[in-house]
Order: sequence, then structure tokens, then C-alpha cells
Amino acid sequence: MSLRLVKGHPGIGDDVEGVVLAAADNFSARYDLDRINGVFSRPSHALYGQSYVGRILVLNAAKGGVATAWMLREMQARGLGPSALLLNFANPIMAQGAAFAGLPLIDRFEADITAVLKSGDRVRVSPSTGDVLILDRDVVEP
Amino acid sequence: MLKLDDHEQAMLAGAEGRARQWAMQQLIQVGRFFDAKELVKVSQVHLMADTEALGEEGVRFLEGIAAYPEAERRVRVPTVTDPRGADFTAYRRIKQKEEFVELEKRAADALRALGILMTDTCINYQTILPPVKGEHLAFGDTGSTIYANSVLGARTNFEGGPSALSAALTGRVPRYGFHLDEHRRGTTRFAVEAWLADYSDWGALGAVIGRRMRSYFEVPVIEGIASAPTSDQIKHFGAALASYGSTPLFHMVGVTPEAGRLSDVIDDRAPAISITDADISAYRASLTPADDTLHVVVFAAPQLSLIELQQLGALLDGRKVHPSVSLIATTSPEIKSAADRLDITRKIDGAGGILLQGVCFYQMHAREIGEANGWRRLMSNSAKLVNILGGYNYETVLGSMEACVESAVAGRIVA
Repeated sequence: MSLRLVKGHPGIGDDVEGVVLAAADNFSARYDLDRINGVFSRPSHALYGQSYVGRILVLNAAKGGVATAWMLREMQARGLGPSALLLNFANPIMAQGAAFAGLPLIDRFEADITAVLKSGDRVRVSPSTGDVLILDRDVVEP
Repeated sequence: MLKLDDHEQAMLAGAEGRARQWAMQQLIQVGRFFDAKELVKVSQVHLMADTEALGEEGVRFLEGIAAYPEAERRVRVPTVTDPRGADFTAYRRIKQKEEFVELEKRAADALRALGILMTDTCINYQTILPPVKGEHLAFGDTGSTIYANSVLGARTNFEGGPSALSAALTGRVPRYGFHLDEHRRGTTRFAVEAWLADYSDWGALGAVIGRRMRSYFEVPVIEGIASAPTSDQIKHFGAALASYGSTPLFHMVGVTPEAGRLSDVIDDRAPAISITDADISAYRASLTPADDTLHVVVFAAPQLSLIELQQLGALLDGRKVHPSVSLIATTSPEIKSAADRLDITRKIDGAGGILLQGVCFYQMHAREIGEANGWRRLMSNSAKLVNILGGYNYETVLGSMEACVESAVAGRIVA
């Protein structure tokens, strides 16, 4: 039984289940990530040093430049990408990058998604409807 | 509901080949995400496709498009490129790996096969074909986008590489965001009372305002700019604002074309956020290093105009960069040719500086060249550059062009 359903704007990509990595900070693949090692590399980022690989990455807003539009696909191709991206506010670059990479993306939620979801939540993400279902809390992270 | 005309339907159905079909699919996914009702024709495309962003996967994708028959792969509107990841004429001087350069050559070959003009510049609005007010575009660099929207009154969203390529192949983008009048209204008012002299001051102002931006659709309105800035000053302001805020449009009252008066772009009863010299100083202080160690001085992001290069050449003429420090400036191939012809390159070279063409510092695998050259402490007059490189294992310092040159000569950071 799910703990809670959170509604967002219909997004991009296929349904996916996974474990959340969340913070009330913003996101740019070029500005924030060490894409070779799959960790956040900007010292001032709330997720500095943490691995995002295979996670449902939950952050506030898309920031920074245009490079993310290419980078998400390269990250997915090397098996070093997140499994979905949930943002309060995407921008065109995130949408373009998600479409190019086939990476599930939802934004514009009914509540602050970085407060609703916590790292360790197991969720099901359904971009076609904009739904995120919380399936389980406090999952032990792999 | 996103409506398509007959030609667009045909492209989507694959009647004009698989490249245009893929492009239509990309445009439709993004259009639906932003509730676009139709597509809009664009008159030029600015494509960002450096290999640090593309990676091997992205280059393979471009080569796949380039392998289609010529009639299926040629772009439909004039398409120019953003800076690349390597200056083929000078990459050894900064110890770039051959493998990156090889990847860059493959990408360039693929892009040429599509009929794309390899201009390799982020200042195309100064050097190639400045857009016109009301013109719909697909611009693919945050700096070129914010300049075209704000200073020139053209209309574009941030069109990242795959999306700009889709626009080039179809001649269209989804009509949402900054193509629409309703999104071009100002949302947040800033009253500026600050002394803005050097380019880094303008960049700092962009950073201070950009840090306050909460989403892509927030449009800052700036008041209090007493006299019109130069193209290079407002370029640094816009580039920093777009970098810190992910912001594609601003209005500057009395300066930019849609904001003759405050009330043209925002309710003039809206409260104004005050920005003063203290805010600029606090931002600069956040970039003050613990000591005066210096490894590299960079002038880039955006690429330098001919006028900026002339200023840099004059500051370096007859001087010597300290042997423990590297000094790098980047510009477009066209401006590099002009600098060669006008005796500017000689002054930079003569001082031991390196003038690179067709690249920008952060797009040249900045992490790897930093490691190869032992660069950790970096000084620049670009607020955009110091923002980006914070995530690339650099300690960054912002200074005026004069302070950067004095520091490079002294071999340590001097104010």
C-alpha cells in the first residue's frame, strides 16, 4: 500500500521505480556533477560527495547552462545516470535533455517535492500522468 | 493540445527521412511538457555541441544523423555553432589530451555534413548575424539567448544541443515560454544603486540578481542604470545573470527595447528590491581566497570581442606574465583573425599569454586541463566563469581585467 500520491505536471519518459536522493538545492549536470565518478562535485551543493547513480534524484530547480541537454544521454549510456529526475521547476534544458536521454522527468508538483520526498523513500514515478507514489520509507540505501 | 500543420505532420510521419522525424519527436515531447499549442518557424539556429557535453555517445548520435542521405540530413535554416572543446591550432599549449581532440574532430566532421557553419562562437550576436526585434530563434547558449532576448528583443528559449539540432532540421521550435508575449512581462523589480565600472562589476551585478532568481520564467526588471552600457558590459551582465539564475530574459528600463518605460514591462506599483554597492562587495567577498596563490588567469565566458582583446593587448603590451602563472584568453575564429591582422595577438603572445580561438575555457575539459597543468587557483574577470568552475575543482577569484593582468605579471593575486 502506498503512503502517499504526489501530483505533478505530466512529464517525459517511461514509468520507473527507485530510491530517492533528495535535497532542497538546485541542479545542473555541468555545474554540479563529477560525471565520471557519478557524484556531486560542487562543494557548496547540498548533496556534495553523494552518488546519484541509479537514484530518483529530487531537487528544486534547473539551474545553469545548456550542457545538461546533451549530458543526460551520455550519463545514461555509461550507466552513470540517475533513474529519474523530479524537480519543482524544470527548465527547457532539463526537458530537452530528458527527451533526448529517455530519462523520466516530472516537475510542477502540488507541493514542494523536496520537502515531501526524503532520501531513502522508495517511489514509483509515472511521467505520463505526472504521478509520484511513495511506496516505502526509510529504505536502506544500497 | 499541440497542433501540427500538414508539413509538420509529414515530417513526423517520416516522409522527409528519419533525421527530421527524430527532430519532430523531440520538439513534440518538449512542446507538450510546456503546454505549447503549436510550433513556430525560426530564422536562425545557434547550436551548442562541444564534446565535453556530447561525450562519446553524443558524437556517435551526430555521426548517425550525418550518415543519412544528404537530402535528409541538411539543416533547413542557417545554423552556427557555439565554442568547441579544442582549438586544433593550439591545444598542445594547454596539454589537452589527443583523445579529446580526436572526438572533437569527429563531431566537427559530422556537423559539417549537416551543412552547419562552424563559427565556434558564443558571441554570434556581436560577430555573425545580430538578431532583430521580434525574430523567432533557436539559440543554444545561455549567454547568446539572454542577449538576443533582452538586448535585441528577439524571441528564443534556451535551446540545448538536441533541441537546437531539431530546430535546425525542421526550421521550427515549440511556441512556449519566451516566444509568447505573456512570458516576456517582467516579474521582479530591482532598483540598482551601484558603481559599475569594469566588466567584472557588470558580471557581479548579474550574479547578485541571478542568485535571487527562483525559476526559468522569472523575468527581472532592472532600474537605475543611468547611462547605456556598452555591448561588452551588458554581455557580461547577461552572461552572469543567465549562468547564476538560468535566466533567459531581463529588461533594463531605458536601455533594452521592450522597456522604454517601467510600466511597459511591469506594474509600476510592484515593490522593488534594492541592489547596492554593498551587495556587489558581498558577492566579491564570497570569492576572496585565503591567500594570494595564483595558477592561471582566464579571459573567457563569453569569448572576447575585438574591443576587449584590444584592451587586453594594451594592458599586456611590453609586459611578461610570471613564469609560474598561465594567462589564457579565448575568442571566435573571426575575431582571432582580426586580432592577428590588427597586431593585437602579438601583444598577448609577446607577454607570454595564449590566445585561443573557437573555444571557451569551461568547454575544454576544464577539470582535465587543470590537472594536467597544475591549475587550481583561477582568476578571471568573468563572473560566469567563476560560477561554473566552482564545480570543476578550481578555487575561483573575480577581479577586474586590470587586476587580472597585474596578478598574472606579479605571479600572485594583487587587488
